[in-house]
Amino acid sequence: MLNRRDAVRRLLADRGDMLVVAGLGQPCFDCFAAGDDPRNFYLWGAMGGAVPAGLGIALAQPERRVLVVTGDGDALMSAGAFATVGAEAPENLAICILDNERYGETGGQVTHTARGADLAAMAAAGGVRKARTVRTEAELADAVSALRSGAGPMVAVVKVAPESEPGALPPQDGPHLKRRFRAAALGVEDK
Amino acid sequence: MDDWRDGIFEAVKAAGVTQVAYVPDAGHSRLIERSLEDNDLRAVSLTTEEEGVALLAGAWLGGAKGVLLLQSSGVGNCVNMLSLARTCAFPLVMLVTMRGEWGEFNSWQKPMGVTTQAHLELCGATCYRCDRPEDVRETVESAFRFAYYTNSIAAVLLGQRLIGAKVFEEPASC
Repeated sequence: MLNRRDAVRRLLADRGDMLVVAGLGQPCFDCFAAGDDPRNFYLWGAMGGAVPAGLGIALAQPERRVLVVTGDGDALMSAGAFATVGAEAPENLAICILDNERYGETGGQVTHTARGADLAAMAAAGGVRKARTVRTEAELADAVSALRSGAGPMVAVVKVAPESEPGALPPQDGPHLKRRFRAAALGVEDK
Repeated sequence: MDDWRDGIFEAVKAAGVTQVAYVPDAGHSRLIERSLEDNDLRAVSLTTEEEGVALLAGAWLGGAKGVLLLQSSGVGNCVNMLSLARTCAFPLVMLVTMRGEWGEFNSWQKPMGVTTQAHLELCGATCYRCDRPEDVRETVESAFRFAYYTNSIAAVLLGQRLIGAKVFEEPASC
């Protein structure tokens, strides 16, 4: 099984000017553990918000690569957003779903992906034609390259081991996260 | 007669909006049509209203202003996602066309319609009601100033008295 921390570390290494939205729970911790960056926007709640928030950034900054890193629970909650991404078709938007088939923060209950739901197929059916499931090291290496620089929109569902990783908690203060992101990404200093 | 509908569009343009997120509604149809025709606006059709709350948070992170168009029933879909705008102090303007109030015939619209403002206020939004055409443009302009200067959620409730109550047929018992 692939390791989520390793996958995210590779995704974010030498990231250039990439802008990142991290979905609530483990994906936030994975992104923080890979090295905090003001151009990471960590969602501590707002379940179902990672994909549409990434879409909003991608439409506002069409010249920048925007990467959403989220989990299967968050992606299932916003499954309709695949259709919105498919319809808007931003080439600069890449979505990495770390699929451990579990609700990791609530006791490890299985999600629908453990019971037959296929998030890559759902994304493709929603209009995000470049959708794949990643299970091996070789597939991960190819997916990392595509997610970082391939033409989007795209979804890569990375099947990862369900074991939880050591705690790595990013800042939680929402206005701070917002201001530092805008300062780093846009060069604006909000009052 | 329909001038207030153009007034909303002009207020949206004057505010510098570039992303118009919407779930279609008859009351917003003019605004949606004009947004789709405008090369400087990205009109984003949503599958559910809370997508728009998150989308416009992203828009602001990317330096763009937006507006969310929805019907009163859709306010209920937004409740948890509004915690994103509230917790992070994202500016957010919601233009809500009302159902389930003045002249409503469909009882299924009533539960959200009669509680829309209360729901929004519990979620931290400041509400401005419009029932007269002459108030619409100024109210929408004020909502944009409020939201973007104070990093807050502002909702304009466009009353059914303004829009015109939807009529399918006269109930037999009336």
